[in-house]
Amino acid sequence: MDVPVSVKVPLAVKFWTRWRMKFLLCIIFALTFILPKTGIINPYIDMVLIYIGINMILTISLNLVNGYMGEFSVGHAGFMALGAYTASLLSVWVIPDSLNSYLFPLTVVIGGVIAGAFALIVAFPSFRTRGDYLAIVTLAFNMIIKSAIENIDGIGGPRGFMGMDKMTNLPWTFVWVCITIFLARNFIFSNVGRGVLSLREDETAAGLLSVNTRQVKVLTFVFSAFLAGIAGALYAHELQYIYPKGFTIAKSTDMLVMVYLGGIGSIGGSIMGATVYTVVLEALRSILQFAGISQEWRQVFAPLMLIFLMIYRPKGIMGMREFSFLIPEAERFQKISLNPFSKKNRNRKKSEELKS
Amino acid sequence: MQYYIQQILNALQVGSVYALIALGYTMVYGILTLINFAHGDIFMVSTYIAFFFSTLLLGLTHHLPPLFTFVATLLAAMAGTSLVAVIIERLAYKPLRTAPRISCVITALGVGLLLENFMVAFKPIGPDSRIIPALFESTNYVIAGVTFSTLQIMIILISGIAMVLLDLVVRKTMIGMAMRAISWDKFTVPLMGISVDTIISITFILGASVAAIGGTLYGMAYSIDPYMGIRIGWWAFISAVVGGIGNIRGAMLGGFILGFIEIFTPVFLPASTYRDFVAFSLLLVLLIFKPTGILGKPAVQKV
Repeated sequence: MDVPVSVKVPLAVKFWTRWRMKFLLCIIFALTFILPKTGIINPYIDMVLIYIGINMILTISLNLVNGYMGEFSVGHAGFMALGAYTASLLSVWVIPDSLNSYLFPLTVVIGGVIAGAFALIVAFPSFRTRGDYLAIVTLAFNMIIKSAIENIDGIGGPRGFMGMDKMTNLPWTFVWVCITIFLARNFIFSNVGRGVLSLREDETAAGLLSVNTRQVKVLTFVFSAFLAGIAGALYAHELQYIYPKGFTIAKSTDMLVMVYLGGIGSIGGSIMGATVYTVVLEALRSILQFAGISQEWRQVFAPLMLIFLMIYRPKGIMGMREFSFLIPEAERFQKISLNPFSKKNRNRKKSEELKS
Repeated sequence: MQYYIQQILNALQVGSVYALIALGYTMVYGILTLINFAHGDIFMVSTYIAFFFSTLLLGLTHHLPPLFTFVATLLAAMAGTSLVAVIIERLAYKPLRTAPRISCVITALGVGLLLENFMVAFKPIGPDSRIIPALFESTNYVIAGVTFSTLQIMIILISGIAMVLLDLVVRKTMIGMAMRAISWDKFTVPLMGISVDTIISITFILGASVAAIGGTLYGMAYSIDPYMGIRIGWWAFISAVVGGIGNIRGAMLGGFILGFIEIFTPVFLPASTYRDFVAFSLLLVLLIFKPTGILGKPAVQKV
């Protein structure tokens, strides 16, 4: 970044701007340890917070494909299932109980890697054409995974699988969310990430500008599946019980709602979307109980919200904008390129048209 | 041998229902290039309309001729389902006509889930499974060791007639011509004095009525519940893709292929629970080697 030489920045300010984010994260991390112990966060709120974290990871993962890349995946629940089952099988059958708490990060990562490996198998044939093709393939994949798990009797079949320890707690969730945000942000602002954005705008033009479109697509898809797998592994160790019916299209639709609620093409949007959606659904639980309406109406709410979002605010809450702390410092003054909807950008376009 | 003939008959019965629903997917895709994921649940709604109408009719009087009750139920289901489909089209899809296509697909997914969950949450319907009361006497015939019932013959026959009629409507009438014209070029058609909105509504009505025929027949042979639309809808969707989505005859062919897969999976594999696995694997393999389906024409990408 070009800082004008004449401006003298005091050392303290420099230090503060450089370290404030890390400082804040450390404080929150400490709080995740302290608050549940002191009872300020009761077990229910603790659980809701963990779900918010897991949903954030899922939403960011799906946003990479649906938002940043402009492709359309509806089968991320399948990758989540792979991560969940792999991690659970590892921690119940392979890893001895005494080592379980030390090797938990490894289990989670392996869950993500397995999901990513399967994504690679799906991705290679399915990125030949654009459009509905990937939607159909991912959907079929989701169904195949669910059906396959149901038919393997050794891992419980349709009855599900249990026996995991409750390893996912608030600090762990926080760490994984931070890692996810960090990875996703650096991915988007990396060389490959620029390719992803250019793919969304115009694939042919991107190809002409020497973006290896196929490679970029496969890489993004695999990375996205890896994150979904991690979320699945965390989910399994929070709920301590997983069953194939929990990873159906309904789960994928939940993710879609969160992505489009928060705003496509925005990590900040994913964070907001996951938080708002989870909190609203939990709030609805007590509201319905209070009003004496059966809890099944909660399930009506999510699809209704999706339909209204699509019709009235397809951009979501953030709408392609980004929190400034999620943009690398060197880019903060070049927001124009990231936000095609901004007023400034539109006006600039207009004035350019007038000039020519 | 008799066993296999029996199974082929069963496959034809299931396959014709899949084919009827697949037609709805394929017609909407042909016109709007929208995968109407809600169609399986529209089928589910049709079975419920048939259920409530026939119970109402039988509750009023038992002296009506069985043929009359059957035809009346069929027509009521067709009319009611068409109404539901047109309302969905007008409220959910029409505002998105100019939006990116992905928004439409997501909305369709949402509408499907909404119908399912609404049916479960709505007290008079609830999650229990029901059976449409027998509208006519179904007798079993045994010829050379092969058993078949009146109902089975009716299902295959009526589905066949409906498919032939639909094919005629699309190929021979002015409406069909307009439908094909829209799928060919959406921008020129309004200039020729054709109301695109009307034609789209008619497409939804046709798709829904055909699904309602399938729904009524299916509901008489098997039990119905609010989640039935998921499995049958997906299977019909695979039929449409396997046959070549956007192609009407392809949808019929795909429906029968899927019917055979459903019936013959337990014959060759250890359990019937593998059938979803087989069907979706077929879809995946087909999409890898022939992405346009069996009868579909390859799409030309315009730059």
